[in-house]
Amino acid sequence: MLEIKNLHVKLEEEEKQILKGVNLTVEPGKVHAIMGPNGSGKSTTSYVLSGRDGYEVTKGSATLNGEDLFDMEPEERAAAGLFLAFQYPVEIPGVGNMTFLRTAVNSQRKLRGEEELSAGEFLKIVREKAKALKIDADMLKRPVNVGFSGGEKKRNEILQMAMLEPKVCILDETDSGLDVDAMKLVAEGVNALRDGTRSFVVITHYQRLLDHIKPDYVHIMSNGRIIKSGGPELALEVENNGYADLLAEQENS
Amino acid sequence: MTRAQMKQRKCDDTAARLDGKALPASAAWATDLRQQSLARLLDMGLPTKRDEYWKWTDPATLTSAVPTPAEVFNTTEAPIFDVIDRLKIVFVDGVFDATASDELAGEGVEVSLLKDALNADIHWAKDSYGVLEAAGQTPVERPMAAMNTAFATDGVVIRVTGKVAKPISIIYTHTNETSDAILHNLVKLEEGAELTLLENGPAAARFNKVLEVDVADGASFHHVRAQGRDHERRAATHIFGRVGANALFKSFTMTANGILTRNEVVLELLGDDSQAHVGGVCMGDGAFLHDDTVFITHDAERCESRQVFKKVLRNGATGVFQGKILVKDGAQKTDGYQISQSLLLDNDSQFLAKPELEIYADDVVCSHGSTTGAIDEEALFYLKSRGVGTQEATDLLTLAFLAEAIDEIAREDIAANVLERLEAWLARRKG
Repeated sequence: MLEIKNLHVKLEEEEKQILKGVNLTVEPGKVHAIMGPNGSGKSTTSYVLSGRDGYEVTKGSATLNGEDLFDMEPEERAAAGLFLAFQYPVEIPGVGNMTFLRTAVNSQRKLRGEEELSAGEFLKIVREKAKALKIDADMLKRPVNVGFSGGEKKRNEILQMAMLEPKVCILDETDSGLDVDAMKLVAEGVNALRDGTRSFVVITHYQRLLDHIKPDYVHIMSNGRIIKSGGPELALEVENNGYADLLAEQENS
Repeated sequence: MTRAQMKQRKCDDTAARLDGKALPASAAWATDLRQQSLARLLDMGLPTKRDEYWKWTDPATLTSAVPTPAEVFNTTEAPIFDVIDRLKIVFVDGVFDATASDELAGEGVEVSLLKDALNADIHWAKDSYGVLEAAGQTPVERPMAAMNTAFATDGVVIRVTGKVAKPISIIYTHTNETSDAILHNLVKLEEGAELTLLENGPAAARFNKVLEVDVADGASFHHVRAQGRDHERRAATHIFGRVGANALFKSFTMTANGILTRNEVVLELLGDDSQAHVGGVCMGDGAFLHDDTVFITHDAERCESRQVFKKVLRNGATGVFQGKILVKDGAQKTDGYQISQSLLLDNDSQFLAKPELEIYADDVVCSHGSTTGAIDEEALFYLKSRGVGTQEATDLLTLAFLAEAIDEIAREDIAANVLERLEAWLARRKG
């Protein structure tokens, strides 16, 4: 279970408060969607949780199954079961996708004190999972994300997620830059990973993705806070009316 | 002091330094060639830090009368290329070791020691020894190479007439803390011939080495060299290559450790439709200066040349790159590529680069790039977010940085062997 309590975050380099008291509890097996206008702090939340440099937690906490995330290095958070699907997956020239995946899987196993997968075992699993995401052998051989189309990059994120089998997955605008078919494929990949215990935090601007990945809860974020939470109907409301009404409501309250 | 006075002083110093130093005994024709080189050297003078070509690499310890002692580095690690089936020729502190070497014979190839060749009354080396070195003295002077031709005590002389499958491997062992070795290797590939030459080892406390390679039409020459291990060793090396038509010249050097290394490569593409590739990776840690100085001349049509140099530096290590592509008038459809990059793993290390293009033909493609930077923070975070620890992620990105240069090694088993060494180098420096 992921628990975020009263999280306050500012940029390290400047006096700019980005998160101003975020509260969120994600129970096992649930899908939470976070929506909100640009600059509301959605992506910052995902970066802070995964341990990216450049942010300073000034107040509050975040725990994963009781463990303090802010006490851990990014790789330890990953090994503990946290996964962030990047909005902009990073290109790494010179590192083959397969090497990358295998290093990641085995590093996490090592950190958890488990035995590493042999080359044969790994290959079998990766081929199977890649096939489901329509990732061909060539994409596995190429350097990580180099020359990948937008859709390929996002599918590659989902493949990593499938290989690493995390407990909590954060999807940061995974739908951005995808056409309808690519979005379906990505959503199918995510849905295939829903097993009743794995939970998801889906950050998105649009209701569209939520047609394919059905959320249990929808949260609206604005100016560093979650200003409204509800069921899937909240996403539809946003789709129909935009954020303006909700923001006005918030200001008047 | 005027420029002329400075030059005069340099030449006087060189004459004093070499005064009384006897040329190694050899047949009359060879002594004649040695004397010509000595005359060239006395005319140029040994290099000093004031020379433009040596402004970033102080040659003082390379030219001094007595070498600075270098501790012999002991390791249990098996030497590189041990896994490769090859013909071994071993020099210990510059002296041929017959017991450790294989029989100097092979199909499609004649191999002999330079000492024997230069002592023979008749030998093909008569028309080759020092020829490419002499040609390579213009437009830039290379006095250390002239000194080598004059004073080389030994080396390997190879004439290749066929396609030789088994690599010839020269191993330079270092056992004496004050050894000062001067070796000269001569390789001549006849039309259509093929050879892979391997070189490895620290060689001596101080090592001056020249490799002259004449690649005839349709011939292929592959060269892979590993310099390293001994932290305090010093080396000045030159490769002089002449490439005919439809021919291939490939040379790759891995350098790990060594307090001072200057590697010069001088290539001339004289026949149409040929390729010349020179690549290198160096791993520098602490007191370490590594200098790649490359000069490739295109004097024929439709030739391709590549220079790919990558340096990983830390703890105050310095990397130098001076690379030039000269495209002569008439060398149309030349395809020249040059990249020199350094990865600085801390704030104490530095990379100095001077890429140069000089083009007199009007229908050519030449590109060059030089970059220096740290590990990509974005890529590092991406790897860490997937569970890969900082050290392992840094190593992975370091090897990725070197990949383009390692790709220059044609034979996969040799490339794998080099990669293994680089991984071991990174592993040794953990914790």
